[in-house]
Amino acid sequence: MQEAKVLSYRQINKDLLGNIFKSSNRYWLIVGFLTIIVLGAFAAAGYMINRGLWVTGLNRPIFWGFMITNFVFWIGISHAGVMLSAILRLSKAEWRRPATRAAEVLTIFSLMTAVTMPIIHTGRPWRTLYWAFPFDFQRGIWPDVRSALVWDPSAINTYLTSSIMFVFVALIPDLAVLRDRSTGLRRMIYTVLSMGWRGSPRQWKLQAIAGILLSALILPVFVSVHSIVSFDFSMTISVKAWHSTIFAPYFVIGAVLSGVSGVVTVMIFIRWLFNWEDYIRREHIDALGRLLIVIALAWFYFFALEFMFGIYGQEGDELATRHMQMFEPPWSWLFLTFIITAFFIPLGLWLFRDVRRSFLWMTITTLLVNVGMWLERFLIIVPGLARKQGFTGTWHTYAPSAVEITIIVGTFAMVLLLFLLFAKVFPLIPLFDIKEGQVLKDEIKIGRRRVPAVIRED
Amino acid sequence: MAKKELMGLFTDAGYAAEAGDALERAGLTKNDYDFLTDTPYPEGALGERHISHKIYVFPFIGAMLGLTVAILITAGTQVSYPLITGGKPVLSVPAMAIISYEGTMLGAILFTVLGILFESRLPYFRKRLYDDRITEGYIGLVVEVDDSKVSDVERALTQAGAVEIKRAAA
Repeated sequence: MQEAKVLSYRQINKDLLGNIFKSSNRYWLIVGFLTIIVLGAFAAAGYMINRGLWVTGLNRPIFWGFMITNFVFWIGISHAGVMLSAILRLSKAEWRRPATRAAEVLTIFSLMTAVTMPIIHTGRPWRTLYWAFPFDFQRGIWPDVRSALVWDPSAINTYLTSSIMFVFVALIPDLAVLRDRSTGLRRMIYTVLSMGWRGSPRQWKLQAIAGILLSALILPVFVSVHSIVSFDFSMTISVKAWHSTIFAPYFVIGAVLSGVSGVVTVMIFIRWLFNWEDYIRREHIDALGRLLIVIALAWFYFFALEFMFGIYGQEGDELATRHMQMFEPPWSWLFLTFIITAFFIPLGLWLFRDVRRSFLWMTITTLLVNVGMWLERFLIIVPGLARKQGFTGTWHTYAPSAVEITIIVGTFAMVLLLFLLFAKVFPLIPLFDIKEGQVLKDEIKIGRRRVPAVIRED
Repeated sequence: MAKKELMGLFTDAGYAAEAGDALERAGLTKNDYDFLTDTPYPEGALGERHISHKIYVFPFIGAMLGLTVAILITAGTQVSYPLITGGKPVLSVPAMAIISYEGTMLGAILFTVLGILFESRLPYFRKRLYDDRITEGYIGLVVEVDDSKVSDVERALTQAGAVEIKRAAA
């Protein structure tokens, strides 16, 4: 808390609600640019659905490619948000205040984007829904609950609904601030959304309990979701490289690594875009950098174990997969890029305080992590399928088509676009949390120094 | 006797807490007044009344309902179209457990949110005394009092440092 400035409530309202009432040209320019990319991706997806899956690079035996990789990647990103927010709330970490909502919102939009991937990947999205949800009453044909591909929608649906509720409850006090600052139709809408919030002690007490209680409830859901996503792979007996008992924790920790990195990138981006230098400070990214060191080491431990278990059994298919990943170009180059960008470069740099406190370096390193983590999923999926059976007659490789690349690029633009559109309507940093931080802040004298202190309630 | 609602606006939490004490000296109880703030203050900082609630019941009810619905759906869909695979039982318990877990958590979370709203007395759309400046850092002290005591309350609020006193429109 060394770098925090004392700001008036009026100043906090002005700064954090600024974009909602008047957005900069820079904001609209970025929104316009992202919209074009997203429309391009929609056109590509429409073309693919119209023409069929032959326009993709998918072929026997590789039926899961860029889109499923991207699905796992975005599910991973979605994990950081709520996990970060929930753990920091439960531990009452003071530096959580500017980070929680951005992290939670990132969760929601990356989950929504992730869900679109398997749906369009099937090539017949309108059929996908009745494979997953029990509503086909007329024909009496129901989803097969024994399939991991049905567990997945149930977990994602729970996580998405919970995350939306989590964000909504914490938004209510800020909606009241918006209601009080707006006029006309906008005031009417915020009045309805804030539901008559006045800020009585009862409402604040329940708000505090909501933060803790929902955090405690959502954490087990977050762990279950990526575990169940890993079941899509590990429950498959026929693909040896996937059939691993360590996949659930390995996927969860990988998701946390890529997700927390994603949150750091996004926080630095919104700091730059909305001039929030007083709110997102070096101390925050420093703390996140330290957290990332621990997460990266934990991830590497699971990665090493997964690899070791894979080769220790000396099974033909598994060894063929590992050989393909590590020694057959271009996969070997991708593997090298993955391990260097996901682990060695970022971890080596995060050990330095100056790097952790540099917005530029933290942007670069966290982006590198996500390049690496995207490749990690790709290298699990494609080589695993390519070498799934020793006696297969078609050991094809896979190369994504322009259609798939366009869709994948579009998903990155879509998450960012949705995030920015959210910022046009709702505050991305919780105002009441920042104000509470000011109320609880104090200074104490130790010897000859006056040092900042924070009162912490139990 | 008819009741009137008044609100004193304060710029400082200390003055607002002092006003609460002054109201009690004037014969009111903690149940007669309430503070309105833009940020959560530590419990008891304003001398507000103790708040009781039953929020912890809600997640349990939600979890039970969620579990029941999930079991009914997973068992129901398998029994409705019994497909025997590899001679295994029609009802697959491990698969049901996974979906039931998600159903349980979903139920618990949805009911927690409902509980938070219910216990916070939200939504509430009837007109009440309020001032937009509360979300700028002012502290509102809303008092419900008998007609005969209005002037005493106004005096107590002013003496404690209220910058403005608002009355509910008749």
